[in-house]
Amino acid sequence: MGRKLLLDKAHIEGIRYFDVYRKNGGYAAAEKALKSMSPDQVTEEVKKSGLRGRGGAGFPTGLKWSFLAKPEGVPRYLVCNADESEPGTFKDRYLMEFLPHLLIEGLLISSYALGANTTYIYIRGEYAWIPDILEAAIAEAHKNGFLGKNILGTGFDLEIYVQRGAGAYICGEETALIESLEGKRGNPRIKPPFPAVKGLYQCPTVVNNVETLAAIVPIINIGGDEYVKYGTGKSTGTKLISACGNLNKPGVYEIEMNISVEEFIYSDEYCGGIPNGKRLKACIPGGSSVPIVPANLLLTTAKGEKRMMTYESLNDGGFATGTMMGSGGFIVLDEDQCVVRHTLSLARFYHHESCGQCSPCREGTGWMEKVLKNIEHGKGKMSDIDLLWDIQRKIEGNTICPLGDAAAWPVAAAIRHFRDEFEWHVLNPDEAQRRNFGLAHYADPLPVAAAV
Amino acid sequence: MAEEKKLFKVKIDNITVEVEPGTTILNAARTIGGEVVPPAMCYYSKLQGSGGKCRTCLVKVTKGSEADPRPMPKLVASCRTTVMDGMEVANITSPEVLDARKGVVEFLLINHPLDCPVCDQAGECDLQDLSYEHGVSGTRYEFKRRTFEKEDIGEHIKLHMTRCILCYRCVFTADQLTNKRHHGILKRGDASEISTYMRASLDHTNFIGNVIDVCPVGALTDRTARFKNRVWFLKPVDAHRECSDPKCCGKVALWMRGDEIFRVTARKDKYGEVEGFICDTCRFEKKDIKDWIVEGPRKISRHSVITAGHYVGVHKPQETVMKVMDGRSPRLLMDIHSVSEVNMPQVDLSQIEGPAHSTDFPTKKGDQ
Repeated sequence: MGRKLLLDKAHIEGIRYFDVYRKNGGYAAAEKALKSMSPDQVTEEVKKSGLRGRGGAGFPTGLKWSFLAKPEGVPRYLVCNADESEPGTFKDRYLMEFLPHLLIEGLLISSYALGANTTYIYIRGEYAWIPDILEAAIAEAHKNGFLGKNILGTGFDLEIYVQRGAGAYICGEETALIESLEGKRGNPRIKPPFPAVKGLYQCPTVVNNVETLAAIVPIINIGGDEYVKYGTGKSTGTKLISACGNLNKPGVYEIEMNISVEEFIYSDEYCGGIPNGKRLKACIPGGSSVPIVPANLLLTTAKGEKRMMTYESLNDGGFATGTMMGSGGFIVLDEDQCVVRHTLSLARFYHHESCGQCSPCREGTGWMEKVLKNIEHGKGKMSDIDLLWDIQRKIEGNTICPLGDAAAWPVAAAIRHFRDEFEWHVLNPDEAQRRNFGLAHYADPLPVAAAV
Repeated sequence: MAEEKKLFKVKIDNITVEVEPGTTILNAARTIGGEVVPPAMCYYSKLQGSGGKCRTCLVKVTKGSEADPRPMPKLVASCRTTVMDGMEVANITSPEVLDARKGVVEFLLINHPLDCPVCDQAGECDLQDLSYEHGVSGTRYEFKRRTFEKEDIGEHIKLHMTRCILCYRCVFTADQLTNKRHHGILKRGDASEISTYMRASLDHTNFIGNVIDVCPVGALTDRTARFKNRVWFLKPVDAHRECSDPKCCGKVALWMRGDEIFRVTARKDKYGEVEGFICDTCRFEKKDIKDWIVEGPRKISRHSVITAGHYVGVHKPQETVMKVMDGRSPRLLMDIHSVSEVNMPQVDLSQIEGPAHSTDFPTKKGDQ
């Protein structure tokens, strides 16, 4: 049984409400931090814990906090990024829905560490019912003196506001989120300046994911040194994985980052294997924008080692043979799934969500979608596959924000690992409309030559 | 001495230049000039906050600075990246940059209608120049291009959104030159369009006409000059007048043919940027030569199509036929005017007012 830090109390009846949460040891970390620690000590503790951003990029949180500019007389802001729109990712929803006070406690400690007196939760508009839950929880915390003026008699003031987004994936990018929060069109800003210097209302701002901020609570509770003992290597602590696709038990799982991918998919404690005795074909382990990998590369790295559910192990081999931890949206495809169709639906998503600010992403995403649509519907040419490769190559890295990369990587990885399936679609257009390519050799053991 | 120390040394394509701290790579390259200047479709030095969007000015930073010599991991937009001391930049010396730029030009062109033959901007279009230099002759795009309805935004400005490359320059212009902005970007992705909310008119201010000058393509055109003439048939003339508006610089380029003024624009430098913004009264209403004090013909780069037909100081190649034929003149096999009714010898194109029309070439039937 893996140890849990975030969801260990999630099963308790009524944990959504302040009284139950408080009775079960809630807000102890806030009391500890505000009463016995200085803001710098909190930041130091987070640095010691090795906590990495859970939103997708995996940037060390303590380091990010220490970059925050602290000029005199200028307010600082903490923004909680709850704009969880990545297809396949739904972990933050679970946290906010069932443990709103955990997030608020995390926000309180983080704001204290950063010296922010105003904190915003930017939540995606589609989570229509969650702002009500959060606002009720904020009101409860207010009533009990954990928010507002002079919290716990320490002289620290904090107000938390919930702001709904209007349904744009791009507003999960931190600078677009800030623009949207300011009431403008959600276009990513050109960096530098980074938000840590000029963010919300041109003031220093830290933007963190919901899970990252919630993880601050156990770090303060057990201490950074203890937190490091969870997980492996640089992937410390626990991670929420939202597993979906062809699985017996899809859902949100908290894993300690020391289990293997194979264990996560097949063990009964987690996803419980693939239904109907089907075999694993491919998997996107970190939300739609990370590269898809075939089964053989998912379970073992190119070196022949067992692949673990850690940032490093999933990234092993780079994009040639590896993938990324991303935001933890674990999408599993069994042998009945068509990779071409799957790639098309992702390309359609990124085309729809491109903000249209910079040219490679605005024009390239639509182009990729149209070419993929042709291939999927039996009108493709062999040259289209090379064309797709060329388009994604010219989008990647040439855009303002990472959405361009996120649109390019799935297409690149699909062609890199599943080129034979694309070619089969082109060469057998009629058959491709009636049946799927099937498992092919994707689950075969890796040839020795590839293990160099 | 103290002032000299402040300058940053930057090496762009192995040419070293010293610039003030805070200068962008693009502006540092412009101090060198020539081919090392990256093209810019959205950056406009007179507009704050512009740039970074079109990605044509991407360059490779091969050495970050003297203090931190690591190269930057990705190509950077030179218009928004400031220089560091000891920075080394590769623009046209980097195949990676040229490849990326080629890709960007292709992306910009896939949804562009390429209606240059009927576009008023043709001949002075930044996108045209860019695609001649960096684009390819064919397209790999096989799908329908996105189109929009043409729209009159105000009495004087026509918006042809299909041609737009979404550089945001006009949005910044309206923000910074006029007291209230009425247009912006609606929708997102490749469906996004420049528009006014509820089709409101843009005639609320005296400076909105400058959006025509800043537009790098033919998306915003002057309705008082649309389809009147091609730019290469017109003679640009520098002129000025005492304008009552204190914000208007009053220095313009008149686009004339004979004594008729077809179009008034601000004066543009070699990067396509205006030297000073002018007001709408000067631009749209002063179309009489008596309103202006003419300074003289405007100098246009001889590489521009606008100089076609400007024969000032041109040395034509000498007639060589006589030399080759030992002094004999070639025998005329056929006089074209005996079979053709157009190109009549008695009609001189420069004598015609406005664009040539079929009525300018009277046929035999018309003569009778």
